[in-house]
Amino acid sequence: MTELTLVEAVTRALAWEMNADPAVIVLGEDVGLNGGVFRATAGLQERFGTQRVIDTPLAETLIAGMSVGMAAEHLKPVAEIQFMGFIYPTIDHILSHAGRLRTRTRGRLTCPMVLRAAFGGGIHAPEHHSESTEALFAHIPGIRVVIPSSPARAYGLLLAAIRDPDPVVFLEPKRLYRMLKQPVADDGEALPLDVCFVLREGTDLTLVSWGAMIVETLAAADRLAAEGISAEVIDVATIAPLDIDSILESVARTGRCVIVHEAARNNGVGAEIAAELADKGLLSLLAPVARVTGYDTIMPLYQLENDYLPDTARIVAAARQTLEVT
Amino acid sequence: MTPSDHDTTRPAAARAVASFEICHTQYLDAEGAVLHPLPAFAREPKSLIPLYRRMVLARVFDAKCISLQRTGQLGTYSSGLGQEATMATIGHTMQPEDVLLPSYRETAAQLARGVRMTEILLYWGGDERGSNFAVPTRDFPVCVPVATHALHAVGVAYAMQYRAEPRVAVCVHGDGATSKGDFYEAMNIAGVRQLPVVFVVSNNQWAISTPRRAQSAAATLAQKAIAAGIDGEQVDGNDAIAMRDCMERALTKARTGGGPHLIEALTYRLGDHTTVDDAKRYRDEGEVEAAWQREPVRRLRQFLAREAGWTDDDEARLQTECAAQVEQAVAEYRAVPPQPPEAMFDYLFATLPIRLRAQREEVLQRGRHHD
Ligand SMILES: Cc1ncc(C[n+]2csc(CCOP(=O)(O)OP(=O)(O)O)c2C)c(N)n1
Ligand SMILES: [Mg+2]
Repeated sequence: MTELTLVEAVTRALAWEMNADPAVIVLGEDVGLNGGVFRATAGLQERFGTQRVIDTPLAETLIAGMSVGMAAEHLKPVAEIQFMGFIYPTIDHILSHAGRLRTRTRGRLTCPMVLRAAFGGGIHAPEHHSESTEALFAHIPGIRVVIPSSPARAYGLLLAAIRDPDPVVFLEPKRLYRMLKQPVADDGEALPLDVCFVLREGTDLTLVSWGAMIVETLAAADRLAAEGISAEVIDVATIAPLDIDSILESVARTGRCVIVHEAARNNGVGAEIAAELADKGLLSLLAPVARVTGYDTIMPLYQLENDYLPDTARIVAAARQTLEVT
Repeated sequence: MTPSDHDTTRPAAARAVASFEICHTQYLDAEGAVLHPLPAFAREPKSLIPLYRRMVLARVFDAKCISLQRTGQLGTYSSGLGQEATMATIGHTMQPEDVLLPSYRETAAQLARGVRMTEILLYWGGDERGSNFAVPTRDFPVCVPVATHALHAVGVAYAMQYRAEPRVAVCVHGDGATSKGDFYEAMNIAGVRQLPVVFVVSNNQWAISTPRRAQSAAATLAQKAIAAGIDGEQVDGNDAIAMRDCMERALTKARTGGGPHLIEALTYRLGDHTTVDDAKRYRDEGEVEAAWQREPVRRLRQFLAREAGWTDDDEARLQTECAAQVEQAVAEYRAVPPQPPEAMFDYLFATLPIRLRAQREEVLQRGRHHD
């Protein structure tokens, strides 16, 4: 097994599937010779040619809309949006078309496309380059929203996303792109969509998170362990549709839950999880569900970025508060 | 099959109902020699010295920004190296009451508008206060989502037209930006409503790694204006005299009710896309070397040396002055006290909604984050 960074794992998954399936087409701005602004598509054009790795003109509406057409016509487009800050014009196509095509045609036309984008803060990027707006997509019927939190999950989940017969928005936490390496088999094995991953088992409380915040959440679990507190850590991975059963099962054992996300709190995915816990898990809860999130402000420019992003201390504090309720 | 294999003979019943041509303007050759009779303003060559000063200041400042980024004192920065004539001329020719809507590579235009270097440093240094310009008060901040500001420009121009003010909105963006719908949509209504707006496409031949030919099969980007029913022309954007000539004509036309205009300024991005890009991966070094032969600052200097008696001493003095001005701005930038973290709440709404007060209080209590 090779040690890969998250971004290298993305490249390997793309290469594997392009090799296995000639219907897979990669498209986006600067994805060819340049290999993408984060190098996620490095070497693919050289290997698979300019027909299968398309440098598009600078137009996100085009990238998403053209992908819908390709997908309806049995290609498997994997489109890259350089930064989530530039993804918003694609919503027209994701919401009005990709998510609806199967339903509208009663299955006659489908939309097996993947829209990849780098997202999230923590790398001191310029304005509009650091937001986490996954909740906008999680609200759209008919699409999946998948977020990996490690190289191995990036590899396995991206393969699953490409093979899935329906549209997937695949959001890559760019703070993790090169943060750590992990052995990845590169054997073409996909991981399942629509399920959470339990990253650490515990008995006293459940920490639920996804994406880059998994790093701080695992660190918080370590700190709590040093105080004799056993935290279970769940990586939601597919944030829509949500695998609430796994979270309910965990909270049924621990009775306490802290949800951690980088995105703003208001109407975030954490709110959906908390509502489901209130709905289906109320009787097993020993304390109110806590959320540690970004604030309901504009993501600040980088001088205040770390004041905005949840950190380990905030997670530990919320966990302690939750445990104080008896 | 190539296009020529197709039968393109025009049927007898067809007649031409529209035709167009795109003009290109250039006065100075690459060495600053005069190719054509100069426009009126340039007949007194000394009158170009103030513009030249702006171009040199922009270049000195640009180099400083790159070195500040390299030493961790500035975030990602997009250099305007090689585009000084285009950019400085835009700011130089606009009236104070006009509105500039820049992208992220238009620092030289912003400086010529009166934006302070300290403000520009704050912005690229990750501090929102950098977009709170003391002057010019109505200019837009840097636009990062490419071409979205073309639509804002027509909104601004509409307001000017609505109030019958002799003002002009000037929208500046790159060649890549012309591929976005926003750009077409903006030009389209500008034509329909004859809005006082000037679009400047700073065609530096590259959009990150994507060359101009991969953006569009059109022979010029200026001709994109034709489909919107507005005038489009091409200019040598490295020729400050040609650029100034075109800008002044377009501004006067827009200001006096003559409607919108598109200028495609041909220039070249001599540097990397930004400080986190490495153009060697996708761009031929030979092309860059050739472009250096056409660069705008040397070209105008040679013109001034020949026609306006600009001496090596004048040049040395200017360089020293610019360096001192830049150092002064950097010192001011370094001395700006950091914003308190709760500032992230303080400009979100005119008054902070009750619902957000607890979050603000939490941030206030926590104090500044220590990494
Ligand atoms: C809508 C949008 N998509 C992608 C990006 C990322 N990006 C930043 S600059 C750039 C290239 C722009 O090229 P061009 O319009 O020619 O301007 P230049 O950078 O050359 O001045 C891209 C793709 C962006 N900022 N906005
Ligand atoms: Mg360009």
